[in-house]
Amino acid sequence: MSGIDGWNWDAGERRVVELGVLSSFEQVHEFAVSPDGEKLAVPVVEEPGQVRVWQNGELWSEAVERAWSLRFLPDGRLVALVRVDDSWTVAVDGQRWEDEFEFAWNLKFSANGRSLAVQVKRGMKYGLVIDGRDWGAEFISMRDFALSPDGKRAAALVQVEQLAEADIFKFAEGVWSVAVDGQPWERRFINVYSPVFSPDGQHVAAEVRLDMFEYSIAEDGRPWDAVFGTSWAPCYRSNGKGIIAPVRTPEGWALVENGKPVWQGRYSQMWHQRLAPDGQRLAAVVSTAYGRWTVAVDDRPWPRTFSDVVLAPRFSPDGGRVVALARDQGSWLVVVNGQPWPGRFDMAWEPEFSPDGRHLAAKVERDGKFQVVIDGHPLPRSFDMLWSPRFSPQGDKLLVRAVEEGVYKRLVLGLEQLARA
Amino acid sequence: MADIEDARVEDAGIDQAVDKLEPARIEAVIRRVLGAGCGARLKVYLQTCVHCGLCADACHTYLSRDRDPDFAPVAKVKETIWEMVKRQGRVSPEFIKKCARIAYTECGACRRCSMYCPFGIDIAYLIMLVRRICALLGVVPVYLQDTVNSHAATSNQMWVQPDDWIDTLIWQEEDAADELEGVRIPLDREGADIMYSVIAPEPKILAQLIANMAVIMKVAGVDWTMPSLDGWDNSNMAMYSGDFEVMGRVERLHWERALQLKVKRVVMGECGHAYRGAVYDGPKWLGWSKPPIPMVHAVEFYYELLREGRIKIARKIKEPVTVQDPCNIVRGRGLHHKLRYIINELCEDFRDVSPRFEHNYCCAAGGGVINCGPPWKLSRLKSNRVKAEQLAATDAHLVVTPCHNCHSGIEDIIGYYGLGMHVTFINELLVKCMDRGDGSGEVER
Repeated sequence: MSGIDGWNWDAGERRVVELGVLSSFEQVHEFAVSPDGEKLAVPVVEEPGQVRVWQNGELWSEAVERAWSLRFLPDGRLVALVRVDDSWTVAVDGQRWEDEFEFAWNLKFSANGRSLAVQVKRGMKYGLVIDGRDWGAEFISMRDFALSPDGKRAAALVQVEQLAEADIFKFAEGVWSVAVDGQPWERRFINVYSPVFSPDGQHVAAEVRLDMFEYSIAEDGRPWDAVFGTSWAPCYRSNGKGIIAPVRTPEGWALVENGKPVWQGRYSQMWHQRLAPDGQRLAAVVSTAYGRWTVAVDDRPWPRTFSDVVLAPRFSPDGGRVVALARDQGSWLVVVNGQPWPGRFDMAWEPEFSPDGRHLAAKVERDGKFQVVIDGHPLPRSFDMLWSPRFSPQGDKLLVRAVEEGVYKRLVLGLEQLARA
Repeated sequence: MADIEDARVEDAGIDQAVDKLEPARIEAVIRRVLGAGCGARLKVYLQTCVHCGLCADACHTYLSRDRDPDFAPVAKVKETIWEMVKRQGRVSPEFIKKCARIAYTECGACRRCSMYCPFGIDIAYLIMLVRRICALLGVVPVYLQDTVNSHAATSNQMWVQPDDWIDTLIWQEEDAADELEGVRIPLDREGADIMYSVIAPEPKILAQLIANMAVIMKVAGVDWTMPSLDGWDNSNMAMYSGDFEVMGRVERLHWERALQLKVKRVVMGECGHAYRGAVYDGPKWLGWSKPPIPMVHAVEFYYELLREGRIKIARKIKEPVTVQDPCNIVRGRGLHHKLRYIINELCEDFRDVSPRFEHNYCCAAGGGVINCGPPWKLSRLKSNRVKAEQLAATDAHLVVTPCHNCHSGIEDIIGYYGLGMHVTFINELLVKCMDRGDGSGEVER
């Protein structure tokens, strides 16, 4: 599959594949749809212990014992975790990696989809494999990992020394670290959380627990001088010079950069800080008072607050708008620059801006049916299944990938036409 | 006079930490907690208590220990937080050791005493303050601290490795499918109605409970999922050790995972403290006045399935059955009528306990007490003779315990006092009794 420019953006509706034929299988698992909407795939059970991946009516040639975590990569390849003869590996477009593992899980991929990484277990030790290349390093435990922006490097949360049962003293000395490309930081910590690469992929920052009640942020194993009551996941500025994290201070939650306050406000809670594309403006989810949630942009909370939860904010490509999903009094809202769109939903998915930032579309659910909402206006048609809509490179068309009456369909809608309707 | 055997218990988590304590550090920590940490609430409680002692008869440790006044809730407060306040934090390491013993092993924060206090003083809150101070000083029973360490490192309470978690779900799915065709445990199914979360002892030692739930979900036609990654464990012993930072981190990940999966609500297995952590203490510390999406305890869920006819009962348990009302879902949530509705649907011969409902005695295992581990087991069992007597009076053979701490605690009490009973989760009865639509559901006991 070529890049988004090469997708078929001719307006119209196409029946890609009938799903009725799937009823011949014993079980049909979770569907995946390609980013360009041309393909739909799903693991199907032919009989117990015999699973294949079905894609647009074709079956992968090889049957496996299990297949899960099926997904299309951004470059259109179809990947799954598969088990054959009690060993696990990764299958890409039906081809299994040569290496097999006692277990493989937690697939991650780079933004362009070209790099693929997975956690593995072998000989009761834990490691990581990127694009079939084994780290080689083996750890006592590995909880999670982050990929560099280009997907070539990985940083994992690893246990580097064995703990005897209930050895709380050794634990307090620190047996956890961050391993980058298999090499653990020299310094160990009581705990490490939320690793993240710098934009150039050369540095790694993570939350670190220095003492049982002291937390900080470390870059490449060196903690900030400042310590805090606790912290949440850090992020890098786009120039890679600043590391920004929410931290808990005696006055409340603060946003700090390289250990020093970047916002003056103190909040009941703060997390999910996000940078605008210009790398300057900042938005974060904040609680302005107990049980009241909103988004603060450059330290100014939206006046409207919400009762249940607010999800991570997202800047428009031009940085002029910020959108976040909020749950309020039991239903979901799409909130743009502090103003909710009309309508409340049973569920809402992360909205997508058009490349020029002028339009915004989201998948929503109401009464068991799914709809696309564009710029606050729901399309009149609802579907049985729906995947998040995608804008064309010019932002004048919208790709809708949906299942309706047992048929997977690909729709390309012109926004001007929609506006006239 | 405190039980001399309890006073002699050796616990490295307490003893070694106390040996290293400096009075100045103790004073600083106590002043910090009593200052910024609690303020008006503590002051009101301390000034309101008239030392009437009516809380004493509410406490299972007091009743079980021949009404020894040292085990009365008021005494536990007087011997710990009152002294800290009175002496403005100038207390000795030995004093902190005593505080740790009282706060972690002689009170389960069950809150029964608050109902008997004429002023409704939340005595468990005062005990939790003591635990917070002990935790900040590093004085925590070794097994409880190890559980908290597991939460901090793995987000689950039993050091379950990430692959073991997924593998167990797959294995349980295969076992369940042998029992009922077509059963699945869908992993990471985005947009499912329900995320089902459990506590770590289920994959570690009671995996059959997960298979049972898969069968129940299949029969009831529920659109559900379980997460493959950390955040699947809803338990939280950090809440009870006084490490609220770890508590908050664990709870946040659990709720973030549910939000990522786009589920409409979370159903949790049969656990009481996990309900408290996920619904009350965790969200409160994080700034949520309630969970970000609804949390449904298994008792509420089974009740819903039975009331709506999504599960039908094919045959009832014949042998006499009684119940343990878990503090955190009965006194804390009022699920006692729903619990009895379920039991009466499943059992022909239900024999209720007395006292019952919100007045029921704690199992003496909750509140982190059972997590204090083997060193304190005898103390815990001695502290709940009253529970053994209560259960024995029912002449039941089976005790329904819809909470993991209750389940383990009652099992220990049954063994120690020779009651000749068995404990069971509702989940285990339900899969035996329900109509599976395939002619099964037959049971003879």
